[in-house]
Amino acid sequence: MTTITRKPESPIAHLTPEDIEQIGVELDAIRQEVIDSRGESDAAYIRRIVDVQRKLELGSRAVLLVSVLPPAWIAGTIGLSIAKILENMEIGHNVMHGQWDWMRDPKIHSTTWEWDNASTADGWKHSHNEVHHTYTNIVGKDNDLGYGIMRVDEDQRWYPMYLGQPLWNFLNACFFEYGIAAYDLELGKNLSVPKEKRSETFKKNARNTLRKIRKQATKDYVVNPGLAIPTGSFLPTLAANFTANLVRNLWSHSVIMCGHFPEGVETFEKASIPENETRGEWYVRQMLGSANISGSKFMHLMTGNLSHQIEHHLFPDLPSNRYAEVAPRVKALFEKYDLNYHEASLPAQVGSAWHKVVRLSLPNGWLATTNRSNAPQQLALLWKMTTGDRKTRRAAQARLDQLARRQGGERTEVAAAA
Amino acid sequence: MTTAAEPFAAPRGRSLRSVLRRVAESAVTPLELDDVLDVFHPLRSGAELRGRIVQVLPETPESATIVLKPGRDWTGHVPGQYVRVGVDVEGVRLWRTYSLTHGPRPDGCVSITVKAIPGGVVSNHLVHSARKGQMLQLAQAEGEFVLPQPLPAKLLLVTGGSGITPVIGMLRNLHSKAVAPETDIVLVHVNATESAAIFRAELRALDASGRIRLVERFDDQHGLLDVAVLAELVPDLDERLSYACGPAGLLDALEEHHAARGLDLTTERFRPVVLAPADGEGGGTVTLTGTAGAGTTLEVDGTTPILDAAEQAGVLMPSGCRMGICMACVLPMREGAVRDLRNGALTVAVPGETGPQGVPIQTCISTAAGACSIDH
Repeated sequence: MTTITRKPESPIAHLTPEDIEQIGVELDAIRQEVIDSRGESDAAYIRRIVDVQRKLELGSRAVLLVSVLPPAWIAGTIGLSIAKILENMEIGHNVMHGQWDWMRDPKIHSTTWEWDNASTADGWKHSHNEVHHTYTNIVGKDNDLGYGIMRVDEDQRWYPMYLGQPLWNFLNACFFEYGIAAYDLELGKNLSVPKEKRSETFKKNARNTLRKIRKQATKDYVVNPGLAIPTGSFLPTLAANFTANLVRNLWSHSVIMCGHFPEGVETFEKASIPENETRGEWYVRQMLGSANISGSKFMHLMTGNLSHQIEHHLFPDLPSNRYAEVAPRVKALFEKYDLNYHEASLPAQVGSAWHKVVRLSLPNGWLATTNRSNAPQQLALLWKMTTGDRKTRRAAQARLDQLARRQGGERTEVAAAA
Repeated sequence: MTTAAEPFAAPRGRSLRSVLRRVAESAVTPLELDDVLDVFHPLRSGAELRGRIVQVLPETPESATIVLKPGRDWTGHVPGQYVRVGVDVEGVRLWRTYSLTHGPRPDGCVSITVKAIPGGVVSNHLVHSARKGQMLQLAQAEGEFVLPQPLPAKLLLVTGGSGITPVIGMLRNLHSKAVAPETDIVLVHVNATESAAIFRAELRALDASGRIRLVERFDDQHGLLDVAVLAELVPDLDERLSYACGPAGLLDALEEHHAARGLDLTTERFRPVVLAPADGEGGGTVTLTGTAGAGTTLEVDGTTPILDAAEQAGVLMPSGCRMGICMACVLPMREGAVRDLRNGALTVAVPGETGPQGVPIQTCISTAAGACSIDH
């Protein structure tokens, strides 16, 4: 990925300022239509989902009380995993976006909702709703790009420690909820400040997060296993809860990676964003900075409709059940203005996002220029770059760039011949 | 220096019940136990107060009685009182206030009688679309419009339109007793037309059996009721204790009439009298400063209640009757000025001069009269 302004051919070069404003007008019209038609069936939808989720979770936990029996363990763990995924994705994320605030039901409202996650609702609403959704894909402003622990852009200088980023990313996926909690607290930034100088806000937020984590852990790893002691199911229940959290974390991490990470999703330079970004410009940034996952209705439900990431980023507070319905119109708008509507299946998007993590963990051009025949030399070069000093690295990088250019040339020739 | 004394009287919950509850709470966090129990038994004691519709009885083409089974925590009511009801219409929860139209019933149900107002979202929904089994949100009964105990020897009840609703509750209660009350009751019941009159047959039956004397007046037959003729309709007017409920015009006229004769009158007003603010006096920016409002700023035009403006902006506001009587919507104003939509009265809060808690204002009947900040 290279920020849109540094690309040789910008994907929006063909749009006039009038086009961009017109896109804004057309998207606003789609948005207003949904708002005007929100009603009873939407309310019934979210209430039904909440009801199903609660019954599924309670039922699964009840089954896990006898999880010493293998079929009970399997059924309970699958049920609990699905319940936790629904709770985080289709319910928690969307309720906290205020998608259901119009119902004026204090029980399903962004100001009162708390979710089954290590991060507090308040912390998450700030880092996600405010920061990420406002500054989507602006390098240096949107920390969702790489979560502050990864190299996500060719323009970021490569260091040997980035070689480990596929591993960090995998560990982050396994313990994603804690990663998000740390991220909401801006833990890295705040812990580097001496203890006595840390802000009161940070201390308060950290206390709240620790309390939340304690309650969550008590539920999953003390109370529920404890209740299963009479049937001798303490350990199986503990393992089932751990598994359900792991499954939920891996799943939500995968879905979220698909939103902005796959190859071809655009990023933006801080300096390229006008101070008074117009509504049209903001919309276009959301359009190019997000990617969708294609799939079945069940798939959309399990991703919390984040499979419609493009629609979600355009209209973060429209009810999630309506994204599928507006998607064809949004897609038509992309076509009309000759923009890339980034959509692929879940395996393709997850694969693409992981490919990028691996590619950027390596020096620019390394992965592209490596093939079976030159692998030994390439590995030797990588070894040199990893162990050598800055000068060695720069020289090796220059060679890689040269190699990449030549290969790029060859590819063009092949394409021309074909 | 004082030490914060631990109260001896209330030992921290050690009972088995409270221990079990705490364990259950920690097993379902971040949900509350009540969220879970609500899935199975929404009317149990300890739940948020709700009522399930058990019957919808049409009264006239434009009115219906809704019989509700209230949750276990319903504490009962006195006839003449009203109840706040939260109804989901087109997915949106809206709160309105209706009089209870029965005395306490042996089946524990309560009833409200609703007249569909033209353009009224909730009233039309309840009259035309409410169905058995539907759940409504409830608040406890409130209101001072109740008969005194012991009852006076002679009573005059004056009602206009749906103003009959608290009065029918009183009458049903009085006449459901094994021993008929001694009180001599006259009911002057005013309606636009005969067909619009709610409880027509029931009231006529009470009249026919001699339990009350019913004086019916219909605008299309008798013309608008001139309160000056009240003394002709009710010759012993001065001996009677008077209660009235109905439209503001009728109540205003009655109040004047009774005051002139030196008589007491208890009234119940359903709708506030909304005054249009004088030109150039209304409107302003309202800033919500608390966590719920989260710094929302609203442009309020001087005719819209702050409550409506905030709700349109997506803020979940405390609300109740929406007519200035229940005080459920009260929030502290830290700074600025608001105008009471009913009477134009100005309320001002000046930092440093007003108390640390600000000035409590009712958001449902207040509009901005300049910039103001409200803690929510």
